[in-house]
Amino acid sequence: MSKKSILRAIRQNQPQGPPLPDLPSFASDAPEPLAAFQAMVAAMGGQVAHAADFPDLGALVSAYFPGETSVASTVPGFPGNIPMQDIASPAELETVGLALIPAQWGVAENGAVWVSEKDSLFRVLPFIAQHLIVVLAKDRIVSNMHEAYQRVQIDETGFGVFIAGPSKTADIEQALVIGAQGARSFTVVLE
Amino acid sequence: MRIGLFIPCYIDQFYPQVGIATLELLERLGCEVAYPLDQTCCGQPMANTGCEQDALATYRLFVSNFKDYDYIVTPSGSCAYHVRHHYDVLEQTPAVARVRERTLDLSEFLVDVLQVHSLEARFPFRVGIHQSCHGLRGLRLGQDTERVGNDFSKIKTLLRQVRDLELVELDRPDECCGFGGTFAIHEAAVSAKMGKDRLADHLRHGAEVITAGDMSCLMHLEGIIRRQQLPLRVMHLAEILNGAV
Amino acid sequence: MKHAQKATRFIADEPRTDWHDQALWFVRQKRDLAVHSVPEWESLRELASQIKLHTLANLAEYLEAFEAKAQANGVQVHWAANAEEHNRIVYGILQNAGVRKLVKSKSILTEECGLNDFLEANGIEVTDTDLGERIIQLRDEPPSHIVLPAIHLKKEEVGELFHQKLNTEKGATDPKYLTEAARHHLRERFLQADAALTGVNFAIAETGGVVVCTNEGNADMGVHLAPLQIHCMGLEKIIPRQADLGVFTRLLARSATGQPVTMFTSHCHRPKPGGAMHIVIVDNGRSEHLGRPDFRNALKCIRCGACMNTCPIYRRSGGHSYDVAVPGPIGSILSPGIDLKKHSDLPFASTLCGSCSDVCPVKIDIHEQLYKWRQIAAGEGHLPVVKKWGMALAGQVLSSPQAYNLAGKLARRALKILPRFMLYNPLNDWGKSRELPIAPAGSFKEWYRKNKMHEPE
Ligand code: SF4
Repeated sequence: MSKKSILRAIRQNQPQGPPLPDLPSFASDAPEPLAAFQAMVAAMGGQVAHAADFPDLGALVSAYFPGETSVASTVPGFPGNIPMQDIASPAELETVGLALIPAQWGVAENGAVWVSEKDSLFRVLPFIAQHLIVVLAKDRIVSNMHEAYQRVQIDETGFGVFIAGPSKTADIEQALVIGAQGARSFTVVLE
Repeated sequence: MRIGLFIPCYIDQFYPQVGIATLELLERLGCEVAYPLDQTCCGQPMANTGCEQDALATYRLFVSNFKDYDYIVTPSGSCAYHVRHHYDVLEQTPAVARVRERTLDLSEFLVDVLQVHSLEARFPFRVGIHQSCHGLRGLRLGQDTERVGNDFSKIKTLLRQVRDLELVELDRPDECCGFGGTFAIHEAAVSAKMGKDRLADHLRHGAEVITAGDMSCLMHLEGIIRRQQLPLRVMHLAEILNGAV
Repeated sequence: MKHAQKATRFIADEPRTDWHDQALWFVRQKRDLAVHSVPEWESLRELASQIKLHTLANLAEYLEAFEAKAQANGVQVHWAANAEEHNRIVYGILQNAGVRKLVKSKSILTEECGLNDFLEANGIEVTDTDLGERIIQLRDEPPSHIVLPAIHLKKEEVGELFHQKLNTEKGATDPKYLTEAARHHLRERFLQADAALTGVNFAIAETGGVVVCTNEGNADMGVHLAPLQIHCMGLEKIIPRQADLGVFTRLLARSATGQPVTMFTSHCHRPKPGGAMHIVIVDNGRSEHLGRPDFRNALKCIRCGACMNTCPIYRRSGGHSYDVAVPGPIGSILSPGIDLKKHSDLPFASTLCGSCSDVCPVKIDIHEQLYKWRQIAAGEGHLPVVKKWGMALAGQVLSSPQAYNLAGKLARRALKILPRFMLYNPLNDWGKSRELPIAPAGSFKEWYRKNKMHEPE
């Protein structure tokens, strides 16, 4: 192992440097979070649905994804039709058409939501599903990433992710294509 | 206030009219201008090619020529930048420090020191500005498009004072022209292509004249204009401000 | 072949050069739109720079803290002094776990180390899963850009490639259709993989985890499906605190593609249930680079690619003309530190316009470093002889007013009297596509003597 020699070389060459700066949150510069968040979700290629417009989540899901038969949900009180407790290996989720997952925080400046392993049960669920719905409380929207990282504990679980929309690519001639390797669509349900 | 006029080597040799315009303009604005006869060059051609060592004697000559003036004014942002920025390799004697501090590009001297608000000049043409990089990003003669901040441009401030002059907007307001000193020769293909592309932008927007604070960029662009016989001409900022038509 | 020659060859196809230039300029414009809507942009750049400088000054301590935390999280940490050791470590991990099939997401580091070739020579099937990377892997060529690996290719070329390799319809060029084909192809690979490897955007000393940013979600598809996950990082990827991510995530995607954030910003801290997680920390010349005062702050780089998109030379010469894993301005200041002789021309592949330094989200003084590398390259004898002598001669002429006045006169006379075929001979690179200036009657100095000092001619 080269650890010792690497660290020795670094110590020999380490310069003087400035102190670690304090980080402002730049929050006062940010616009009204809820409206900005909704606009950003749309701008990033996702959509916003309002729980209040439907009698329950089931009705919302059938309205947005009529006929979807393969629904995996980790949202409390909404079981979907794939029994999550029977899933033995993440690869079995390959057939999931639609995943519903609770999100903990939303970020107004970029439309991203924070989802951890605790929320999705399987780390791969938000990626492998053909379509993704996250359910977010309206009062859990912060203005920017500084505030988000103040609220979130990134190592609370083994894995956590900011998701800002559907999977996308522009690798062929800079043409934007939605639905690269991960979910083809992204819907944020605001409660 | 005694001004030492520095006319860079390639202007001296190939574009004397730019030197004359600069001198006349400064004198018309009431400056006492001296032109030290032993001047040659700022040393940039060697230094930018990696041969700073070969440039040191030229640096010293520059300092000895200009150490006694209140300001050293030059119609070249690039040379001013070189003196201010790269003479740091010389021993920082009081003379060197003074020269570095007081060497200014013409446009910043006019705007910041003389604070010129009205010029007796008329130029009834559509003019595109070429923002030479060393002036723009080295001397911060204006706000470049890369950085976030208030828009300003010393060259524009001056050109707006010229009667009947119409400024054209460009698709890429501050892309490099591709001159780059010896780059123009050892990367001739890229250099020429960059120049062609700049010219196309000016032509697309109906410019009749391209102006800049640096004649070196314009020399390169003019070389392409003449080869391709494009309906454009180049003029140094000093020529326009001095009222030449 | 040197950059200038490769660039000349690239530019020979002018419509394609224009197309390449425009594609990258489009990205630069998206970047401008995104950053100009963040009023605190310049403060963010300064903060990012300060955090990185601080980290570089305390790098050994932060790396040790990171390792300790990661180990406490159940992650195995490895240290590699160079590319070769890195490759051996990765292969060792794969061998131990009996891995035959590996999926990878984008990692410039593994490109730098030549990992794919090494693993394939050892019988591992390696699949790059970022669409752009997969395209160039199927074409068996290196990426031409660190963020947009296949930016040099047209959709017709991708269409033909996919037709041959993935059985898409002949002549199909619709990016949507081609992406869909790749999606199916790659899903299969994800599901079959025994292990997944990713690069690292940020490693957090405070929490011992790594952050990986993608738009496609390919890193996550790989890492969360395969039982074994490996993250390879250059040792400069470390940042001190979770909170620092607020600064860097705001800068990275805006600078890279003009998005406010990448679609997926994934934080990996512990192995998945029943899985294993490894982190390989790689030096490969970085600790040595840290010892070069004029150049060390290039280690602040977060590999956003903005300096490439903005570089007028890169846009008109293509990433392959640099012949290094990291092309463009940042590559031209990193590569000479790795092999000065081989890459001595790269610091000269620039006009020193400074756009790279102003676009850089961590404020690396790229064009200053290009200038300084030129001094070193010339000082160590890597200039062509003609240029070297030419500059020495110029230095002598320009430091003597008499010699200068005379030389100027001769040059102007030559311009006037030499016939065109002699002026524009094949050795005159200036004259290939440009005219020389028209020689005036006399120099400014001569005019001044006559008109201002009233000296007789
Ligand atoms: S040098 Fe700066 S602009 Fe270039 S890739 Fe690195 S961080 Fe981005």
